Amino acid sequence: MKNVALISLSCLLLSSCSGVQSVLDTAGKDASVLAHLFWVLLVGAIVLWLLMNGLFFYVTRIEPRELSRRAAEALVIGGGIVFPFILLAGLIAYALSIMPDQRAAGDGVVVRVTGEQWWWRVEYDLGDGSAPIVSANEIRLPVDHRTEIKLGANKVIHSFWVPALAGKMDMFPGRETRMAVEPEKTGIFRGQCAEFCGESHALMAFQTVVLEQDEFEQWLERERQDAVQPTEAVPRQGEQLFVSEGCGACHTIRGTEAQGNLGPDLTHVGSRKSLGAGILPPTAEAFSNWTRHTGAIKPGVKMPSFAHLSDRQIEALGQYLEALK
Amino acid sequence: MTQSTQNRESSSSGVATYPPTEQMLEEKIDKRTQEKTADRLRKAWETPKGWRYWSAVNNSEVGVWYSLTAFFFMMCAGVLALLMRVQLAVPENDFLSADTFNQFFTMHGSAMMFLFAVPMFEAISILVLPALLGARDMPFPRLSAYGYWCFLIGGIFVMGSILFGVAPNSGWFMYPPLATKAEGVGSDIWLLGLSFIEVASIAAAVELIVGVLKCRPPGMRINLMPLYGWYVLVVGGMILFAFPPLIAGDFLFELERSFDWPFFDPERGGDPMLWQHLFWIFGHPEVYIVFLPSIAIAAMVVPTVAQRPIVGYSWIVLSAVGTGFLSFGLWVHHMFTTGLPSISLGFFTAASEAVVIPTGIQLFAFVATLMVGRVKLNLPMLYIAGALAIFTAGGLTGVMLALAPFDWQVHDTYFVVAHLHYTLFGGMVFPLIAGIYYFYPFFTKKQMSVRLGKIAFWLLFTGFHIAFLPMHLTGLMGMPRRVYTYPSTLGWDWLNMISTVGAFIVAVGFLVFTYDLLRPKGKQPYTPRNPYNAGTLEWSHNIPDEAWGSRSIPYITSRYPLWDQEKIVERMDAGRYYLADAPEGKRETLITTVLDAKPIQVMRVTGPAWITICAAIFTGGAFIFPTFHWYPPAIVSGILAIACVLYWLWTSTAPIPEQKTKDAGLGLNLPIYASGPASAGWWGVWITMLGDSTAFASLIFGFFFYWTAKENFVPSGSDFVLASYLVLGVLSFAVTWATLVGARALNRRGSTKTARNLLLVSALFTIAGTALFCLSVVNSGLEPTSHVYPAIIWAIMVWTVVHTAVGLIMLGYCIAGATFGKLTPEHDADLCNVTLYWHFIIITVVVASLVIGLLPRLL
Repeated sequence: MKNVALISLSCLLLSSCSGVQSVLDTAGKDASVLAHLFWVLLVGAIVLWLLMNGLFFYVTRIEPRELSRRAAEALVIGGGIVFPFILLAGLIAYALSIMPDQRAAGDGVVVRVTGEQWWWRVEYDLGDGSAPIVSANEIRLPVDHRTEIKLGANKVIHSFWVPALAGKMDMFPGRETRMAVEPEKTGIFRGQCAEFCGESHALMAFQTVVLEQDEFEQWLERERQDAVQPTEAVPRQGEQLFVSEGCGACHTIRGTEAQGNLGPDLTHVGSRKSLGAGILPPTAEAFSNWTRHTGAIKPGVKMPSFAHLSDRQIEALGQYLEALK
Repeated sequence: MTQSTQNRESSSSGVATYPPTEQMLEEKIDKRTQEKTADRLRKAWETPKGWRYWSAVNNSEVGVWYSLTAFFFMMCAGVLALLMRVQLAVPENDFLSADTFNQFFTMHGSAMMFLFAVPMFEAISILVLPALLGARDMPFPRLSAYGYWCFLIGGIFVMGSILFGVAPNSGWFMYPPLATKAEGVGSDIWLLGLSFIEVASIAAAVELIVGVLKCRPPGMRINLMPLYGWYVLVVGGMILFAFPPLIAGDFLFELERSFDWPFFDPERGGDPMLWQHLFWIFGHPEVYIVFLPSIAIAAMVVPTVAQRPIVGYSWIVLSAVGTGFLSFGLWVHHMFTTGLPSISLGFFTAASEAVVIPTGIQLFAFVATLMVGRVKLNLPMLYIAGALAIFTAGGLTGVMLALAPFDWQVHDTYFVVAHLHYTLFGGMVFPLIAGIYYFYPFFTKKQMSVRLGKIAFWLLFTGFHIAFLPMHLTGLMGMPRRVYTYPSTLGWDWLNMISTVGAFIVAVGFLVFTYDLLRPKGKQPYTPRNPYNAGTLEWSHNIPDEAWGSRSIPYITSRYPLWDQEKIVERMDAGRYYLADAPEGKRETLITTVLDAKPIQVMRVTGPAWITICAAIFTGGAFIFPTFHWYPPAIVSGILAIACVLYWLWTSTAPIPEQKTKDAGLGLNLPIYASGPASAGWWGVWITMLGDSTAFASLIFGFFFYWTAKENFVPSGSDFVLASYLVLGVLSFAVTWATLVGARALNRRGSTKTARNLLLVSALFTIAGTALFCLSVVNSGLEPTSHVYPAIIWAIMVWTVVHTAVGLIMLGYCIAGATFGKLTPEHDADLCNVTLYWHFIIITVVVASLVIGLLPRLL
């Protein structure tokens, strides 16, 4: 019962951390082209549906008058072959002409995203030979730039999808796929895994933060830095717990001895817009809650729950992580 | 005298009496003869009583069990859907756990596809087809019964796993590596349980195809066949070519799960994309396998409602065949988001859109028929109209989805969930219910209630739209499929709540329908014989029902014999036509030629038996025990299954008749025994082997897929299959094949002794060839768990030697037949069929050895 209450609590928190996730409310060039395509298709579909069913209704209900066999055969050929052929040829030409632009490469920073169960490993490759900047569960992009996104996966197939920016692309273990996005608005846009990837597939989301170019560059520079050392007593205690509880076996916090690579990089986790792959807000309470009830919040997750820690210890840990701006 | 000359003689003696003249048909049969022959016929076709009832094999019994079982599984899968809708009704719900939800959606999809849609088509076809063709039964009744028992056992096994919380939970598409790495027995239950059912489905498809090709009534040329028959032919053919790639995929998949052969593991050279290709090469035709039978039902209902022949019969046939072909070229539209090259996406976009044309032709042909005719609306037509309204909407969203760029957005979202339910409800469920209402008086000679039928219709129709129309928007607002929960801030809450309400209205509609279907109608008077004044043969059946189907098998000259052929029913009843009598007390049906339906044989079909149930139980054991890695009982079950099948074949298949020919009626003397292409069994083998070869081709496709898609498919320094063993193995099989062909020829010429000795030589060389083939791989140092290259070689080797081993059993069967007088110069059907099997196997052997022996050396 207690678990249920806690899950409901975390769910309440969860509701405060979502951006837009709609195909129709677009913020990227590729998505707005596709939204336009949708409206055209929708109007066409409604007209055709009304014609077809109107004809059927007319035939069976309104005027069941007999038709000559020749006229009937003309109907089959005209309605079944000629009309759809012309319509489809136009439609295919229109839709396929969109494709080259949708698949055009990006320039500037390359974002490499790897799907994990159930979170996102994110690396920014500046293309200048420097080591990639490692982050997780959030993607930041410069507005009005086409950014290349390279996709992979660790164990199982996932799919990368930010509906407001562009269509989705699957992520495979042992095979690299790619796409590019071109945001036209700054803001926060939610993305979610779109290929079933196991027990907590539903809980694998992330936020995409679109920034002005200069803000983006400043942010990249900050993200490149090592973690900030906590100064206050409680977070410092949290830092010690992080070490003594062995969190570093799976997580990296650059600038500390935590260098694990199995879980998300936490160097700047406090500066992210969400926690737990887009499911919790980035508050100290949420950090504490997550650490204590990991498996209840995200079923099947590999990270163990640290339920044996005292309330004060959990709180300290939460404050430490939240302070990793 | 050889069999072929005998055939020729009997058909030449038939020339004078076939086709029957009006004069011959005018001749009266006296009442006493009528009664006497009817009694004998009734006795031969009597359905077993009491507990023996379950040994029945007649299509009218098996078809009913089959369809009710499929309907039951549909209800189970529907309950799962309702539970999922409860979970999704509100955000962040904890009614179902994540794992339970995942099991539910996996089982909902799997059960609807494998335990409902395909079996339902086969069930209804088994029930209706013989009647449409004026035949007594399906050509292989025991095979139908065997298929049914396999389906029941496999279905309970797969569906039952949900009660123990161990059901498969990786989605009905079972993508590796998720499904290959899934813990527990869920994935194995899916793979083995459903493979078992797929084998049964293929068996039923083979039987239906043979039924359509060989069991038509005399005179019913292929272009006079009811459209339903054409659809059965097309759908049967699609099952035959679509299921084998999946079976090949299942084979690789289970080898990976059980023995760690890395077909889909990218770390050892495997590729999960191969499964996606094999799955969707099956999965897309599957959609049309589900859809076309319902069009077939509409094609029966519409002319009856219009009281006119269908408009554009040839156009419809061409469209059905065209849809069948096209459906195999569309599978990639399920993989638009996997990063394939733009050129492939362009091609598959165009191919997917092309399907609109044959579908459009079929729909417009129905509309045109209604316009030509004088429409008399009835309840089935109401459901057809509802189906059209739903299906056209699903079809139009299909046109959207087939455009690759649009699919990138809505792929794997609730938009697709809405689309597929619109196509399947409109293209399968509504026409099916229409068909049940339409054929109910034919099945039971009673009526379902029009009032309840209308109530059910409006509940289903409105409930369906309330449930699924909002899902389009849910998907566009970004909700992915297969999520067990969702946050409350994305605007999905109210849409999901509406969908859940709709789902429960649909459920109430189904309850009303089910009540009406199953409520006892004992007091109700029988319906008139042809209640809708339809034109096709199934409405000629007697009231009350008789197990013989057609009292006598008519001579057909029209697509709508009951409309166009005067006195046909009267003459059928009088026993004026063919096979009106069963003087030997045997069940018989007429075999005709494939195109022109000239009668060529009176085939004895099998009667009630328990052996089919035993065979099904042991076949089930052979598939089910490996799920739990209990290999010894699995092997024992497998051996017992083979023993049962052999006993069944030996005791009842193509028995040597007590007389060469018999009077089939109207002065027509036909042989009772046939072998080679004249017999139904030969066609059964031929069609089965087409399916089997498709599975083999899928494995070879796998080899080429790895070769082209993976660099270093053959890692440098790898071992090769041992050429010397392989060459000797192929030569041994060549001897097997040559001696077998020789034995068949010699046997025909009467040299039975020499023929039997040659068969012995053939068997010995089969043993040698099989051993050499195994050794060429086993001794080569290729380790199947190390990399995909040795693994695929092992897989092809295993596939090949299993087939040669089955071929060995067949040779043994023929040797036994020759020894105990079952195989004689005139009665060589078994030998002909085994030779045909080996024609396919020798090709398999040659292709397999070239691919595993030669290609890697060239790479």
